[in-house]
Amino acid sequence: MIPEIGHFALILALSLAVCQGVLPLVGAHRDDKALMSVARSTSFGQLFFVMISFGCLIWVFINDDFSVLYVASNSQLSLPTPYKISAVWSAHEGSLLMWILILAIWTAAVAKFNPGIPQKLISRVIGVLGLLSVGFLLFILLTSNPFERLIPAALDGADLNPLLQDPGLVIHPPILYIGYVGFSVAFAFAIAAMISGELDQNWARWTRPWTTLAWLFLTIGIALGSWWAYYELGWGGWWFWDPVENASFMPWLIGTALIHSLAVTERRGLFKSWTLLLAITAFSLSLLGTFLVRSGIIVSVHAFATDPTRGFFILAFLAIVVIGALLLYAWRAPALDSNVGFSPLSRETFLLLNNVLLVIATTLVLFGTLAPLIVEILNGGKISIGAPWFEIAFLIPMIPLVLLLGLGMHTAWRKQSSGPWIRLLRLPAIAAVVIGVALPLMFYERVNLLLIIGCGSAAWIVISSLIQPVRSWSQKKGTAGITRSALGMSIAHLGMGLFVIGVTITSAFGIESDRAMRIGESLEVAGLQFEFRELREVQGPNYKAIEGVLEIRDGGEFIGIVRPQKRQYLVQKNWMTEAGIHPTWNKDLFVALGDEIGDDTWSVRIQYKPMIRFIWIGAFIMAVGGLVTLTDRRYRKVVI
Amino acid sequence: MNRYLIPLFVMIAMISFLLLGLGDGRDPSKLPSQYIGKPAPDFNLPMLTDLSRTLSTSTLKGQVSLVNIWATWCVGCRVEHGFLMELANSETIPIYAINWRDNRSDALNFLGQLGNPYIASGFDRDGRVGIDWGVYGAPETFLINNKGIVVYRFTGPLNRIFWEQEFVPRIAEIEN
Repeated sequence: MIPEIGHFALILALSLAVCQGVLPLVGAHRDDKALMSVARSTSFGQLFFVMISFGCLIWVFINDDFSVLYVASNSQLSLPTPYKISAVWSAHEGSLLMWILILAIWTAAVAKFNPGIPQKLISRVIGVLGLLSVGFLLFILLTSNPFERLIPAALDGADLNPLLQDPGLVIHPPILYIGYVGFSVAFAFAIAAMISGELDQNWARWTRPWTTLAWLFLTIGIALGSWWAYYELGWGGWWFWDPVENASFMPWLIGTALIHSLAVTERRGLFKSWTLLLAITAFSLSLLGTFLVRSGIIVSVHAFATDPTRGFFILAFLAIVVIGALLLYAWRAPALDSNVGFSPLSRETFLLLNNVLLVIATTLVLFGTLAPLIVEILNGGKISIGAPWFEIAFLIPMIPLVLLLGLGMHTAWRKQSSGPWIRLLRLPAIAAVVIGVALPLMFYERVNLLLIIGCGSAAWIVISSLIQPVRSWSQKKGTAGITRSALGMSIAHLGMGLFVIGVTITSAFGIESDRAMRIGESLEVAGLQFEFRELREVQGPNYKAIEGVLEIRDGGEFIGIVRPQKRQYLVQKNWMTEAGIHPTWNKDLFVALGDEIGDDTWSVRIQYKPMIRFIWIGAFIMAVGGLVTLTDRRYRKVVI
Repeated sequence: MNRYLIPLFVMIAMISFLLLGLGDGRDPSKLPSQYIGKPAPDFNLPMLTDLSRTLSTSTLKGQVSLVNIWATWCVGCRVEHGFLMELANSETIPIYAINWRDNRSDALNFLGQLGNPYIASGFDRDGRVGIDWGVYGAPETFLINNKGIVVYRFTGPLNRIFWEQEFVPRIAEIEN
């Protein structure tokens, strides 16, 4: 009964989505207030029914209803309840339902919070979001019904993939999806502007907070995924350039470019058609990511079960959405570009360079992801592109990007006179170079060109982001001397600087050591003593594990105890490595247990990862910066 | 030409490629190989564990075996590793490997830590043998019969379900 209610609620949501996608757009065209007001009620109604449906799916998971195929394939009786809930979005059907739920939440939020936005514009935005919703609801109802019955019912389920039984994986997909789907709001604003043919600076002011909000969720989502890969996959890497990681990273890069381009459109009324194109591209890349993950066109750990009809459906949807949007763009964009000039030394120039470099970076990632596929289709040949290629290719646009970042922040709009600019930045630049050389030498006793570039540019970003806030505080104005927008920007850039530090130091000075260790034996890695104290068996709710206990000492001083595990999950019988990590702010000590080599002797991998926390802390601070800009006063005002 | 149309053409080109990719019915886990039904491509590689010894096509002859393409940078290889260990421990079939485009010490560490399911791994540092074998992306697993002929190719992480569906019937067929 419950599964059928869930299914029926989805059908009702679809009918409301059709109303939401058609009536407000017609209303805005005819200037009919009654039709336009349908936008709000239908978006709330749609959210209501999608929530019922999602609730039903959670209910069948919690109650182990193995007469539902999706539950039988992805859950199991002894699975702990939190994982039964997260199993809802662990595979294709349920995660698609979550995608739809999140789209409905974004839409209802836009319908609820839109102070000062003209009814015509907001009706069009909600209408476009309704059309997107129609596409996804059709997709789930026609090809991927999560409530499909399994008759006769299974006695027990096939279990959730053990790799996914982890707290990081409970929250990673929802947050990532909030970011991914959030770009649909910027997309809808862009389409709405192009339908009317009007795009002013107010439009950019209204679009900006939604874009920033989506971007900050995507930032946290990607960082969580990277953190999970680090401690769960068991060998200490944090980014693998897997096609699906790339699929989430490309919208992030373009979204970052969009945030910066929107700033120019809002403040100066420039880059209008470029902003529209980025808004279309960011969402198109989100759809492309969905396509890559769910069509089975590529091989990846993240890929869901393959089914060609699903692939065709998403591709057709992608084609309609993107080609429609770009036709509209080709028609409307030419009239929007203005010829207001700006001097070569101005913030506009730096933001333009930022956009160009981010687009180059995205193109490289897109190329690396799709090249094997394209070559194969063209001539049947096979090429493969791995992490080493990406690491080198990606540095090319990134090095100038981080250097220009510090300059751009302190450059005025329109025209910056060079005298004061050089006086302001001269000292920070010298300091950055000094730190770039000194930091690796002092703490790690080694230096080379790449390290100077990495540490120097990180120091450069950190120092230049601090100039404005520090000046405001030193003049005793506190936060009053700086707008929330500028403060948020400084914080986000500071996060970027910390991220660069983390990446540079970890990749240069990380130590990995694989040894055989006998119980009771002690080893020295990175100047620390690791003593293998004991080995014991541990019983989890649905797994059994062998746990090593290692004590870490620095000379005589006790540092900590780590407990790496090897877990065997009882249903699927596969072994999972659960690393033991001793984290401190400036280094991680990472121990993973390998196999038993001989009597009481085990292979153990010990890693010393200096500054690795800065990678995720940096990403998190970037997101906090985005959050701070959202509190800027001008987003709450009705009219400037 | 109107420059505002360029994005449209780029997008149409990309979508057509993706459509072609879907359209020929290819499923990445069942990629055809031009070598199916033909002898396994010749190779002669130093062994990962002992560079003075070599692994070559002749090693494979006279037995039904698997050749697994793997690398430490490949997440899928880590995922399938547990199953390969199980398979090796059950002594169903000898598993050989080509360690592909990898760093030798990383690869040795990987096997040292997680266990070595392979009878021998060839060390293909520059990926040349991978090209000869038409490798699309690690992991891939080839089933070779006792005459050294490629019977089946599997791409992506191998697990028990695929093993029983795709490999077991083919091995039974060879043995009859």
